[in-house]
Amino acid sequence: MNSKPYVREVSKTTWFLSHPRYQRYMAREVTCIFIMAYTFLLICALGSLADGPDAFQEFLNALRGPWGVLFNVAVLAATVYHSATWFNVTPQAMPIQRGEEFVPGHLIVGAHYGVWAVVSLIILVWGM
Amino acid sequence: MAKSNKPIFWGLFAAGGTVTAFVTPALVLVTLFAAMRFNMDMFTYETIHAFAAHWLSKLIIFGVILVSLWHAAHRLRVTAHDFGIRADTVVAYVVYGLAALGTLMTLVYLLRI
Repeated sequence: MNSKPYVREVSKTTWFLSHPRYQRYMAREVTCIFIMAYTFLLICALGSLADGPDAFQEFLNALRGPWGVLFNVAVLAATVYHSATWFNVTPQAMPIQRGEEFVPGHLIVGAHYGVWAVVSLIILVWGM
Repeated sequence: MAKSNKPIFWGLFAAGGTVTAFVTPALVLVTLFAAMRFNMDMFTYETIHAFAAHWLSKLIIFGVILVSLWHAAHRLRVTAHDFGIRADTVVAYVVYGLAALGTLMTLVYLLRI
């Protein structure tokens, strides 16, 4: 009898590279770094707003540099990916039962996209 | 049933995820447009300050930032684990410390606006 247990070699740092599904999982995980960074950008904006017109103008100037634009584009891509991947799995994450039947998945996903569109439109109309 | 404070934190986490998913992309679009000088008239100190000075706006801003911070912090903790960082206690102190710092800054700034 072989007493040596079989140990599968799995890298702790690069395990997700081995399968596209893991890669997509990690891509979604990484979006939280962008969301955290963006939240601190908002906090910086608040700080400059509290400090007065000059500080706010300084914040705007920094935002309008190439890094500000690039940062916002990167965060936009990350957050859209984060939102879409969440809405797409909502039927699995929170199935809704009506009587005996489950509400069809595409209705739950569709409702989320609908609300997303309305909320986004409100923010955009209001922020422009 | 045993008492647990998990539902509270889990609820906050879920609220953070929902708010982040629905609200953040459009917010980023607004700041991106500001960065690209699309909405110059809107993005002046006067208009933004007038908006942020209202108590209801302050409440909304604080709520959105609060749940975004703590949701992202918890996800960062898990992400660190996924990247092979096993010092969970240290990671937890760092990420929740970051969220606490952000919450405090938001509170102080909002009170000064």
